[in-house]
Amino acid sequence: MSKRTIVPIGPYHPLQEEPEFFTLTVEGERVVDIDVRVGYNHRGIEKLSEMKTFDQSTFVIERICGICSTSHPFAYTRAVEDIIPVEVPERAKYIRTIIAEGERIHSHLLWLGLAGHFLGYNTVYMWAWKLREEILDVMEILSGNRNNYAMFKPGGVRRDIKSEDIPGCIKKIDSIVPTLNMLKKAVIDDPVLHARTKGIGVLTKEEALNYSALGPTSRASGVARDVRKDSSYGAYDAVEWDMIVTQNGDVFDKVIVRVLEMFEAVKIMKHCLLNLPKGEIDLNLKSIPPGEGIGHIEAPRGETFHYVRSDGTNRPARHKVRAPTFMNLPTYKATVVGETISDATIILAAIDPCYCCTERMAVRNIKGKKLYTGEDLVKLSQEKTEKLRGKR
Amino acid sequence: MSLKLKALLKSPWVFHLSTGSCNNCDIEILDCLTPRFDIERFGMILAGSIKHADVLLVTGSCNRQSVTRMKRLYEQAPKPCLVVAIGECAMSRGMFMQSYNCPVPLDKIIPVDAYIPGCPPKPEAIIAGAVKLIEKLKGNA
Repeated sequence: MSKRTIVPIGPYHPLQEEPEFFTLTVEGERVVDIDVRVGYNHRGIEKLSEMKTFDQSTFVIERICGICSTSHPFAYTRAVEDIIPVEVPERAKYIRTIIAEGERIHSHLLWLGLAGHFLGYNTVYMWAWKLREEILDVMEILSGNRNNYAMFKPGGVRRDIKSEDIPGCIKKIDSIVPTLNMLKKAVIDDPVLHARTKGIGVLTKEEALNYSALGPTSRASGVARDVRKDSSYGAYDAVEWDMIVTQNGDVFDKVIVRVLEMFEAVKIMKHCLLNLPKGEIDLNLKSIPPGEGIGHIEAPRGETFHYVRSDGTNRPARHKVRAPTFMNLPTYKATVVGETISDATIILAAIDPCYCCTERMAVRNIKGKKLYTGEDLVKLSQEKTEKLRGKR
Repeated sequence: MSLKLKALLKSPWVFHLSTGSCNNCDIEILDCLTPRFDIERFGMILAGSIKHADVLLVTGSCNRQSVTRMKRLYEQAPKPCLVVAIGECAMSRGMFMQSYNCPVPLDKIIPVDAYIPGCPPKPEAIIAGAVKLIEKLKGNA
C-alpha cells in the first residue's frame, strides 16, 4: 500500500462561499476517503422560530438560506396550513408558484456560474451571473427585493402582483431565453466542459436510492423523484411541464438536469403570469389550533421538509427543518472516493451544497454518545426563552 | 498618507469571510464582481487567501464556531488591514440577536472600519460603501 496523506480543506477556503471542513485522505493523487465537518454556520434558527409568532417566523425562516429564501417559507407556510387544515386562495397559489420558479432559475444560474468558476472556466461564471441579473430584476419588480422576497405568510401571500407589471415581466423573461439557449449549447458542446465533467463523480441509481439523494442530484442518476409531480402543490398541476431525468449520474448530467430545468421553470413562470386567476390573496388566519403539520416542497436543491407543532398559542411549540443538502452530503462517499484531487473540487460542488440550510445541532462527547437528550434540550431552551421574555 | 496606505488604496484586494451568514451577502459580494456591477474597475479582486488581501469583508452573525477562527485570520492579515462589515448580521446581529450561538457583535471582536447596512445590501450599496471607505482614508470625507 502506498503512503497516505491527509489534505485538509477549510473551514475558510476559496473553493466555496460557506465555511465547512473537508478532510481528504489521498494516496498519490487518488482520494481514498473523505470526511466532512459542518457546524460553522449554525445560528439556532429552529429555536429563534419558536420564539416568534407564526407570522413573524416566516422572516426568520427566509434567512435560513439566502438562495432558497422562497423554499423554506413555502414549506413552513404549508406546514402551518396543514395544522388547521386550509386551502389557500387560487391567486395566492399562483403567486407562490411564480416566486418559487423565479428562485429556481436564479439558483440554477448561480450554481452553473460557480461550477464554471470551480473548473477554472470563468467565462461561464460571468455569462451565467450576467444572465442571473435579468431574473433578479423580474423578482425585484414582482416582490420589491432582489433576494429575501418576504412574499409568504401562513394563509396566503403578503403582496399582490399588479396586472400592469405582468407584460414587462413576460418581456424580460422572454429576453433571457435566447441567452439560456446559448448557454445550453455552450455547455452541451464545449469540449473543455466535457473533458472535466463527463464520467466524473458518478452516482449510480442504487447509490442514489441508498443514500436517499434528492432533487437534481437524484434526477441526474435516473431516479424520477420530484415533489412537484409526486404530491403536487401550488399551481404545478395546472401547468404542462416535464420532469428532467438523465441516467448517467456524473457531474455532466447534473449540469444538464439543471440547465434543462431552467427552461421548464421559464415555462411554468410564464404560464402562471399569463393565467393569474382573480380573487383574494390571503385568508387572514386569526389563530392556529393545537396540532401538528408537515409541509414539503421541491426546492432548487431537492425536497425541503418542515414540521411544525402548535399548542394553541400564537407561537410554534416545535419547528423542525430538514434541508435537501442534509441528504445529499453523504453521497460524497460514493462520488469523490476514487477520483483525483483536482476533480474533487467540482464533485464537491456538484450537489449544489448549501451548508447554512443544513446546520442543525446535536451535542455529543468524543465517543459519540449524546450528552443531551432531546427532552433536555427542549427544557434548556424553554428556560432560556422564559428568561428572555422576562427581560423584555 | 503613508506609502503603504497609498499603495493599498490603488487596488484594494478583498478577502471574504462568512461567519455564519445566510449566503445572501456573500452572493451580493460576488455579484459586484460580475459584469453588470464590475467592481474590478476600482481595482478590487477577490483574493483566495487572507495573506494576499488588504480588505476583510465580513458577513454573518459571528457564531461561536467562527469567533476564534476570525481572530486568527485577522492576525494573519498583513497590516494595514481594513475590515468592512457587510449586512445587518455583521453590523448588529440583526434578527439573530437572541440566538444562543451568536454571543457578541463583530465590532466587539475585531476593529471595523466601515459598515454597509441592508439585508442583504444591494451591490450598489456595497460599491458606494467601498468608495466611501477609500475617500475616508484619503482624507477627503
